[in-house]
Amino acid sequence: MVHETLAATNAVVTLDVALPDIFWGWYVTMNMWAKSIGTGLIFMLFLLMKKNASEMEGLRTSTLIVSFVFMNIFLLFTWLDLHQMWRMWHIFFYPHWTSAITVGAWMATLFVGLEFLMIVVMLLRNNTAAFDKLLFWVTLLAIPVTLYTAGIMAEATARELWQMPTESAQMILAATLSGSAAMILIGGSKLSDETRTFFGSVLGLSALMAFIIYMSEYIFGAMKAEEVAAILEYVKGHGEYATMFWIGQWVAYILPMLLVALSRVKNSTAMLNLAAILAIAGLWVVKHVWLVIPQLLPLS
Amino acid sequence: MQLGFLVDLHLCMGCKGCEIACKVENEVPLSTWRLRVKYVDVGTFPETKRTFTPLRCNHCENAPCERICPVSALHYLENGIVNIDKERCIGCAGCVMACPYGAIYIDPQTQTADKCTYCAHRIASSMMPACVVACPVQANIFGDLDDPTSNISKYIQTHQGDVQVRKPEKGTNPHHYYTGGGNVTLNPLASRREEGHNLFNDITKLPLGGHH
Ligand code: SF4
Ligand code: SF4
Repeated sequence: MVHETLAATNAVVTLDVALPDIFWGWYVTMNMWAKSIGTGLIFMLFLLMKKNASEMEGLRTSTLIVSFVFMNIFLLFTWLDLHQMWRMWHIFFYPHWTSAITVGAWMATLFVGLEFLMIVVMLLRNNTAAFDKLLFWVTLLAIPVTLYTAGIMAEATARELWQMPTESAQMILAATLSGSAAMILIGGSKLSDETRTFFGSVLGLSALMAFIIYMSEYIFGAMKAEEVAAILEYVKGHGEYATMFWIGQWVAYILPMLLVALSRVKNSTAMLNLAAILAIAGLWVVKHVWLVIPQLLPLS
Repeated sequence: MQLGFLVDLHLCMGCKGCEIACKVENEVPLSTWRLRVKYVDVGTFPETKRTFTPLRCNHCENAPCERICPVSALHYLENGIVNIDKERCIGCAGCVMACPYGAIYIDPQTQTADKCTYCAHRIASSMMPACVVACPVQANIFGDLDDPTSNISKYIQTHQGDVQVRKPEKGTNPHHYYTGGGNVTLNPLASRREEGHNLFNDITKLPLGGHH
C-alpha cells in the first residue's frame, strides 16, 4: 500500500491550493434526514394498512401531513443548497437523464404532489377509499424517492466511501428507522399495544441492520480501497470525527436497540418513545458524519 | 478529433507561469484555480528533491462530472473537450463531488461551477491554450490524439512506457497525460500534508458564497 511507503519516501506536499473542503454540508444532511422521515412514514402507513387497517382511523391525515411537512423541509434544503437556486427550473427544462439528481428531483416533485392530493382527498372529501388506493402508488414511489440520493452518492466517484448498493441499503434503513420512530410518536395511544410493539420491532431491526453495515465498513472498509482506508481515519482513533461518529452510532442505533428490547420486557411505552426520539435525533448525526468525511480527503 | 494534453514533468520547473496565464486568460477569481502547480518535497535533508505537477481537468472520455450534472451544463464538444455552460449551471456541486481529481470549483463571483476547458474559446480560433503558450520550457504539449502526426501523438509514441494518467483505476479515461511522473507526483495518498509545512502558510480563502 502506498501509505506504507510514506515514511520511506518522506514525501510532503509543500505547496498546493486544494479545493475548500466541505461542499455538501449540513443542508444536505437535513435533506437526507428529512427525506428519510417523509418517505419512512409512508412505508409505515402502508404497513399499518396491511396489518390492521382499522387503526388508521385518525392517523391517515395526521401522518400524511407530517410526511408532507418533512418532504417540504427536504425540498427546501435541497433548493437552498444550490448556489444558483433561482435556476432550479433548469432541472425540469434541460434535464440530463444520466444524473440521479435529475431523476430524483422529478420523482420527489411527483411524490410531494401526490401527497398533497391525498391530503386534499381526506380534508375535503374524507374519502378513505381513494386515499388507500393512492397510498399504494405513493408507497411504490417512496422506494425510488428514498433511494435516489444513494444514486447521487454513488455517482460521486471522487468519494470512494459512498458505494452502491451499501448506500441504498442505508437509505432504506434510515427510512424504516425514522419512519417507525415517527409513527410510534404520532400514533401514540391510537395504536394498539400489538401494533406499537410491531413498529418497535421495525425500529429495532432497522437500527441493528444499519449498525451492522456501518460496523462492516468501519472494520472491513479499509480492505476495499486505499482511499476508503484514508477516509476512515477521520472516524478512527484520534480522527477529527471519531467522537461524533460514535455519538451517532450510540444515539441512533445502540441505545434505541436496547430501549426497544427493554420496553418489551417492561411493557413500557415511555421507553419506546424515548427510543424513537433518540433514533430520529441520532440519524441526523450518523448521516452528517458519513456525508462530511469523504470530503476531507485531498484529491490532488 | 480528440484533443489531449501532455505535461513532461522532466521539463517542468515549477515556475507557475501556466497558472498565471490561465488566471489572466480565463479571469479566474482570487482563491480559485482552473490550473495549479503542486509542489511535493521528497526525501530527507540533505538528500531532498522538489517535484512539480501541474494539475488541471483531464477532459475524461468517461467523465463522471458530465454524467452527474443534472442540467447538461457540463457537456462534450466535438473535439473531445469537456466544456461547461455557466448559464445553465444551478450550482448543485454534484460535479465537484464527482470529479476524482478535484478539478472543479465553484466560482465565487458567478456562483457556478467552473474548471479548465483547455481554453475552448481559443481553440475555436485556432490558438493554443494560454498555459501552453506561457510555458518557458515547453513542458506542455497539446494537440489532436487522433492524428498520429501531431506533436502530442509523436511524444506519446517516443515515450512509450513512461506515459501515465492520474488515478487510472477510476476508469475515467483521461485525455491528459504525464511523462516523467511517479506515485508521489500523481497519487495524492503518496504524500503527507502537514499543517504549517507549506511554502506559504498564510494563504487565505475567499468565502465561496456558500451557506455552510
Ligand atoms: S477531470 Fe474531473 S472535471 Fe475534468 S472531465 Fe474528468 S471528471 Fe470532469
Ligand atoms: S454545479 Fe453546475 S455544472 Fe456542476 S453538476 Fe451542478 S449544475 Fe452541473
